[in-house]
Amino acid sequence: MATLSHTGDVLMDYDDVMANFDPVLGLEVHVELGTASKMFCGCATEFGAEPNTQVCPTCLGLPGSLPVLNRTAVESAIRIGLALNCSIAPWCRFARKNYFYPDMPKNFQTSQYDEPICFEGWLDVEIETDEGPRTFRVEIERAHMEEDTGKSLHVGGATGRIHGADFSLVDYNRAGIPLIEIVTKPVAGTGKYAPEVARAYVGALRELLRALEVSDVKMEQGSLRCDANVSLRPTPESPLGTRTETKNVNSLRSVERAVRFEMQRQATRLSAGEVVVQETRHWHEDTGVTTAGRIKSDAEDYRYFPEPDLVPVAPAAEWVEELRGTLPEPPAERRRRLATEWGINDLEMQSVINAGAVELVLATITAGADSAAARKWWMGEIARRANDDGVELESLPITALQVAQVDAMVTSGRLNDKLARQVIDGVLAGEGEPEAVADARGLQIVSDDGPLLEAVKAAIESNADAAQKIRDGKIQAVGALVGAVMKTTRGQADAGRARELILAELGASEGA
Amino acid sequence: MAVTDLTRATAVEIAALVASRDVSAVEVTQAHLDRIASVEDSVHAFLHVDVDGALEQARAVDHATASGSSPGPLAGVPLALKDVLVQTGVPTTCGSKILEGWLPPYDATVVKRLRAAGVVILGKTNMDEFAMGSSTENSAYGPTHNPWDLDRIPGGSSGGSAAAVAAYEAPLAIGTDTGGSIRQPAAVTGIVGAKPTYGGVSRYGLVAFSSSLDQAGPFARNVLDTALLHAAIAGYDEFDSTSINAPVPDVVAAAQGADVRGMRIGVVRELSGEGYQPSVQARFDEAVELLRQAGAEVVEVSCPAFDYALGAYYLIAPSECSSNLARFDAMRYGIRVGDDGENGAEEVMRLTRDAGFGPEVKRRIILGTYALSSGYYDAYYGQAQKVRTLITRDFEAAWASVDVLVSPTTPTEAFRIGERADDPVAMYKADLCTLPSSLYGGPAMSVPVGLGDEGLPVGLQVMAPVMADDRIYRVGAAIESMLTDRWGGPLLQKAVAL
Repeated sequence: MATLSHTGDVLMDYDDVMANFDPVLGLEVHVELGTASKMFCGCATEFGAEPNTQVCPTCLGLPGSLPVLNRTAVESAIRIGLALNCSIAPWCRFARKNYFYPDMPKNFQTSQYDEPICFEGWLDVEIETDEGPRTFRVEIERAHMEEDTGKSLHVGGATGRIHGADFSLVDYNRAGIPLIEIVTKPVAGTGKYAPEVARAYVGALRELLRALEVSDVKMEQGSLRCDANVSLRPTPESPLGTRTETKNVNSLRSVERAVRFEMQRQATRLSAGEVVVQETRHWHEDTGVTTAGRIKSDAEDYRYFPEPDLVPVAPAAEWVEELRGTLPEPPAERRRRLATEWGINDLEMQSVINAGAVELVLATITAGADSAAARKWWMGEIARRANDDGVELESLPITALQVAQVDAMVTSGRLNDKLARQVIDGVLAGEGEPEAVADARGLQIVSDDGPLLEAVKAAIESNADAAQKIRDGKIQAVGALVGAVMKTTRGQADAGRARELILAELGASEGA
Repeated sequence: MAVTDLTRATAVEIAALVASRDVSAVEVTQAHLDRIASVEDSVHAFLHVDVDGALEQARAVDHATASGSSPGPLAGVPLALKDVLVQTGVPTTCGSKILEGWLPPYDATVVKRLRAAGVVILGKTNMDEFAMGSSTENSAYGPTHNPWDLDRIPGGSSGGSAAAVAAYEAPLAIGTDTGGSIRQPAAVTGIVGAKPTYGGVSRYGLVAFSSSLDQAGPFARNVLDTALLHAAIAGYDEFDSTSINAPVPDVVAAAQGADVRGMRIGVVRELSGEGYQPSVQARFDEAVELLRQAGAEVVEVSCPAFDYALGAYYLIAPSECSSNLARFDAMRYGIRVGDDGENGAEEVMRLTRDAGFGPEVKRRIILGTYALSSGYYDAYYGQAQKVRTLITRDFEAAWASVDVLVSPTTPTEAFRIGERADDPVAMYKADLCTLPSSLYGGPAMSVPVGLGDEGLPVGLQVMAPVMADDRIYRVGAAIESMLTDRWGGPLLQKAVAL
């Protein structure tokens, strides 16, 4: 069995992939730290500033400049390591990773090589399986510190890549921003859940990093970047197959899709007697496929050697313990606590987590909404919009405070749910704050009985049969009349009040 | 005092004259600019003479003294700066074509400290390209000539700075020393040069050749001036992570004290014998005998690992240089070759580096790239680091029995320009004696001890433990005091007038 991908490639069906192969994952996540200054100089790190305005001799790699390590970045690295149950190296060094690229000012990246600051940890992730919720332990090989590169913009050419471009522009604002690279050990034993585990891992990591307040972890802005390594082997007992490394995976949904696609693509090749080429691949969000990048051989030689411009990092044991004391509640415990507080089960909680809505719901509750309402809005209307637009919830232009305000307008009786959805539409469309949107759009439950009564009378008149049934005591027929009232008032009527008026007009009552 | 004498004055004398307003800093500066104008054609010590900038700095010093504020301990003293240190708005080439036209937007920490001390920077001096060489012949801008004999090399890589001081173009100069680049030029031009403890002087703004070895330091015509300049530039700098956060040893007091009574001085057995010119060895032995007569206890010390210093150095320094020099890629500064709209970025990088770097720099980049390559790293870079550890242990073992170590600074007198140009290994051997303390990181000085049989200066090297920089000044000043008494003045007086 086979299906066609969006680009017309013939892909093996997922079930067939799983019947013939066992997947192994490896996930590399780069996190941009939210420090005020860069890794090795005092430059600001604000996202989206005018190109080349947050630079100095050091991050431009000018001759004679030298790096000085940002203590806060080391602190963040250690806290991340501790939260990932890693050991913290009592002594480690930076190394130079040598290669030429125009957006790398020194033509070497100051990174860590064989002496990472954090090593040997794990992160438990939960996914929903056919047999119910299941926890996978993802083992962490290392988390190390390094500096980001600048950003190239290739102008002209068909692909937006360097090859074929007319010219390129480089913005060095990003050069030297502190990064933590978190690398898993090979993740085996996930079976068919490999895509879900990959997504859940990145999601759980993002939740953890957010709770640590070390990064704003925005995948679309690149402050959290995931490279997904995927390989297949015939059986779990076979040696590891050749892996590919898929880059440019900019959302949780993409992580899952990209892993699934790579599994299908590799299986298709292997089944046809072809080999999987060890290479980097680019994920294309729009078409849902990966395409070949550069060939990556294990023999690629970065000529690593210890960075002579920096002294070794030797975090004192007391300092590490002090930092351990600053760790937030572990996400798994926190999730259980929140589920209990919100009165929902594991499955419901999992869907909130998968939607990336936990913090948003929490913030909405803090802003005054009750937990059920907060969840309803984020997981319902707003999630639908995020899904339509193919973006993360948090990147929609609506805040938890605004959602709480909308909900308050419902609670106070000014809006019903239908009108509230229109207000949310308006906020998302940039029409202003909820109050202003409701005013501007004239959204208001009609609670003045005068016009409502007229609508009620008209409804009774044009629905004589239903009216008679109510008079005869068949109260359930009231629904048709309420619907008619809502139709004539274009949804602005308070449905509850309309029902009361209809029943009163017909001399019937709920208790009858 | 007549204006012509100002170029013969010591830094101490000039600072006193300027501070007392007997002479203006502008007069002092002008005298040196005039001297530069008259001898540069034959010496070629400078790559850039900053006439306007120097006079402007001098006027600022005069303004400060006139308004009663303290102008600094080296007020109005002119200085020649090696072209490997950046100075805002002043061309910095490192002796390389690849940096032609670059105007740095910032000051090196050394430059900031010189300004604070009231020093007037006359300009930038010639050097072997990116400090790689021992003769200043590797400059892309032509060689510097030894003021003692214009057919001879002035040493390197800081040959321009040493020649400027020896030719009375400046009383002070800053050099940098990676494997001997201050001490060897000082020795062959008959002046004093010191390499401070690694980490003693900030490297911020020093264009890196080999980061774990590079160290800026002072040149002068006498030990006390050298100490004053050392004190002016040394000390912790938060912009250099390898800078040592500890008080600077009192090198000025040590130079003034010049007392070696009771000091234990070790003569390094491995730095003598075959390959050492007999007259160089003779001058060295005579100086050591003087130290003994002055009350020092002299013993022979063996440092077996020193025999491997040359090999280790020529793996470590090129390895670091291959990475440090990667940034010269035509993207942000310096020359750009082949940017014709057809060539891609990689091709432009390749063409620029091919045209911009000279043969010795290319040789070392290739050597270092090879030594760091996967599969060779352990055998070359890794092994060299182990040798470095052994050399450090030899030094530490020596400090158990002696206070300083001494050796000739160079095995020979200055060789002729062109003589070793085609034999890199012969060239590398000029640094045989200076490499060990570079690899160790301790302070070392070269002080003149007479003339060899070719009539050219010979230097003695004093090496001391890390952060015991004062000891090299104490020993250097003692030797200087005894020898100038014997000679009736500084050795430089014996040089032919230019």
